[in-house]
Amino acid sequence: MRNIIDVTNESIGRATDLRYGPDGLNIIVATNRRSSIAAAEDVAAAYGSGTAMPLAGVPIAVKDNIATLDMPTTCASRILAGYTSPYEATAITRLRSSGAVIVAKTNMDEFAMGSSTESSAYGPTRNPIDPERAPGGSSGGSAAAVAAGIVNIALGSETGGSVRQPAAFCGVVGVKPTYGRVSRFGLVAFGSSLDQIGVCARSVREAELATYVMSGLDPLDATSADVTVPPLPDMTGSARLESLKGLTVGIPTEYFPDSLEPDVRAKCDAAIDKMRELGASIVNVSLPHTALAIPVYYIIAPAEASSNLARFDGVRFGPRAASAADLRTMYDATRSKGFGAEVQRRILIGTYVLSHGYYDAYYRKAQAVRELISRDFTNVFGSGVDILFTPTTPTPAFKLGAVTDPYEMYMSDIFTVTANLAGIPAISLPIGRVRGLPVGGQLLAKHFDEPRMFRAAEALEAALGEGAHQ
Amino acid sequence: MSDWSKKYEMVVGLEVHVQLKTRSKAFCSCSADFGAPPNVNTCPVCLGLPGALPVLNAEAVRLAVRAAIALGFTVNPKSVFARKNYFYPDLPKGYQISQYDQPLAVNGTLHARIPGDADTHPIAITRLHMEEDAGKSVHDRYPHMTAIDLNRAGVPLIEIVSEPDMRSAAEAGAYLRTLKQILEYADVSDVSMEEGSLRVDANVSARLHGEPKLGTKTEVKNVNSFSAVERSLQSEFDRQCEMLERGQHILQQTMIWDASKGTVRPARSKEESHDYRYFPEPDLPPLLLATEFVKKIESTLAELPQKMRERFSSEFGITDAELDAVTADPRIATYFEGVARAHGDGAHAAKWVMGEVAAALNESATKIQDFPIRSTQLAELLDMIRDGKLSHTAAKTVFGTMRTTGKTAPVVAAELSVTQVGDDSQLEQWIQEVFAELPEESGRFRAGEKKLTGVLVGAVMKKSKGRADPKKVNALLGKYSS
Repeated sequence: MRNIIDVTNESIGRATDLRYGPDGLNIIVATNRRSSIAAAEDVAAAYGSGTAMPLAGVPIAVKDNIATLDMPTTCASRILAGYTSPYEATAITRLRSSGAVIVAKTNMDEFAMGSSTESSAYGPTRNPIDPERAPGGSSGGSAAAVAAGIVNIALGSETGGSVRQPAAFCGVVGVKPTYGRVSRFGLVAFGSSLDQIGVCARSVREAELATYVMSGLDPLDATSADVTVPPLPDMTGSARLESLKGLTVGIPTEYFPDSLEPDVRAKCDAAIDKMRELGASIVNVSLPHTALAIPVYYIIAPAEASSNLARFDGVRFGPRAASAADLRTMYDATRSKGFGAEVQRRILIGTYVLSHGYYDAYYRKAQAVRELISRDFTNVFGSGVDILFTPTTPTPAFKLGAVTDPYEMYMSDIFTVTANLAGIPAISLPIGRVRGLPVGGQLLAKHFDEPRMFRAAEALEAALGEGAHQ
Repeated sequence: MSDWSKKYEMVVGLEVHVQLKTRSKAFCSCSADFGAPPNVNTCPVCLGLPGALPVLNAEAVRLAVRAAIALGFTVNPKSVFARKNYFYPDLPKGYQISQYDQPLAVNGTLHARIPGDADTHPIAITRLHMEEDAGKSVHDRYPHMTAIDLNRAGVPLIEIVSEPDMRSAAEAGAYLRTLKQILEYADVSDVSMEEGSLRVDANVSARLHGEPKLGTKTEVKNVNSFSAVERSLQSEFDRQCEMLERGQHILQQTMIWDASKGTVRPARSKEESHDYRYFPEPDLPPLLLATEFVKKIESTLAELPQKMRERFSSEFGITDAELDAVTADPRIATYFEGVARAHGDGAHAAKWVMGEVAAALNESATKIQDFPIRSTQLAELLDMIRDGKLSHTAAKTVFGTMRTTGKTAPVVAAELSVTQVGDDSQLEQWIQEVFAELPEESGRFRAGEKKLTGVLVGAVMKKSKGRADPKKVNALLGKYSS
């Protein structure tokens, strides 16, 4: 095994490389060489004295909305400029005690609101595959950090596809665990009933390892689940080409609309063929309420966000607008300057749908429809289907600045928001390229069925081999 | 000011916030203690730092359920926390975690007792829900600045909302005093208005007698004692009646009680009419309470004042006024019961607990649990009075010494040599000495002038330094009078 300090140093070297900074791909927003090296030394000492550490010396980059000590946590927002958390997220604590070394914070859409990383106060991240294109979002920095080879594993967060969509755009693996699998303590809340910390990684097995290390009941998060953490994967050897005999893979027709780009469909069909060749039985299924997912999501997520973002008021932390005449003016000025356009738009939508007289028509109705979307999955998984396969996104990465209509931007999450609404686990993995741009295939499983999801994903990854990136 | 109550009826509903006496806060492990330096009892959760999440304190749930049972509520098997959204600097998250359309408990009843009134007044209580307290804004500490202390932010509260069932300020006062008493018995809160662990918002309206429809209500805030609640209600009722009398409409608004002026004034418009945008708190799962859990709390609930009153009445045969006094406070009641049990005479025990003990507690600002004379020790003193071993005057002296020394009654009485003398031969000797010293008076007494008995008894008492049993002296003297 290579020296842990050297590995950390090399990773920090890449993270601080000008090519990935603000004048380059703008992937990394913060590093702290001294604390990262100190952490690596601690790991090296513990590892040397025989402590079992599944992630010993593995450099990890972290999305800027997950609380870390020693590096700022700003959610790529002016309203948290210069803010460093005095405590660390449970997920980070668990990674650290498994030997991981945090080397950088990554760029993101402001407060994770966006699908292109263009709403960041630090400016957009560029896609390492094609710098003219968006890396997706909101965890664009984390997906790009893995795609650019800065780290093999990066943490993202999901509310409606914010790990899977950028993973698909950047040609890496992206995982959203079951809601409750990974503690949200320390993840700056956007839509609390939808949020989960997720993982971008070079391979399915690395994503699986990092996911499980972070998993398990956390007494600091009342929504974390008391479910046994599956055994960690064996990290020796290359991806396992396991048989999928006995596995029933459902293909939901709603995720393959006529409007789907033919090249994307072709890559999906090829992936489905691979799974069939591995012994899986393929069945067509229907999730009839899929079309309602985007409208429902854009009521529930902004509603929760409007409340979650109330704490950014200039009173206790972050910049405060100077010389305001009174309290109200201070709030108005601080929040108007501190939040970008997309965040303000969602706060306004959320405030509206929760307002007296509108709550029943919007929020309550949306919750009822969310239940229907959830039930679609329960029904399909109850009918003998083990795994669902879909494209992760309707198109490959779009060009930076190309999508200006917010609604059009929201539609890029159309295949991913359902898993967040239903709370089920999902993974996106590269299944090939179209015009040189990565295409992601998505596997969805029932609640806490990550082991089966990862097994199927790894088998598909192995079967596709180099084809996943061609 | 005329008496409007002949023409108009006062209608009152009360919202009471009660701070639960948990060790830690409602949603984090910070201490819920008062009096620490500002912002010491805080953490990422109660500071509302980015990424922090609430976790419900099980002890707060137990206390809230105990309060609900004590007030006759039905505890809901499922209740839901909700966010009440508003901006204020001492509200760190920008929302208060509360309960909204699915509260912890519903349909309670309180039997308000007006002292001296034989009947109790049943008042319906709509709901009891759990919520967290906000912090404190300090406006007078730094010039032109507001300081914020978040020690109190996240401390668990229950809010108890009554129906508009009260018809007078006195009845509202009785409701509050009874509520406080029950919560003290249930041991869920310090229920001190002065310290802010019990806070009252009063909704009041006026209508003509016989009118079935409720009038427009106002909400009276900033009241910090039960008597101030009564005075503020009367003042607001009078104001409304005067307006109605002039044909004016009552505005639904918040009124602020000014204790120094004894009047109410309208709150600034900013202090009212929020759209709180309530929605279910996504960070906390619904609170599910099993029937066994509720039953277990019910089985451990201490005896409540009404029940204790009935028991004391039948067991000790004391008067209504004595019952009022000894059951007002649960610890006093326990103390009284200890004295009455050990001594046997409830009325005698009540007289001393209400008299000497209450005066001593008051004088030294001591709480009964810290009082140096334990109930069995007081019973021993009362036994000595009953058995003629101590005069009432001597008993008071002994009581005073017991308080300061912690010694028992027989020891103190012996040390002070105040034990009453009932021995006939000793009394007879003192009588003979008095006869010798007062030949004139004793001669007339012996000749039948009975009114001189008092003079002679007094002389014997003086000679005995107060130790002679006056009843016995009286009886012994009787045989000398022809």
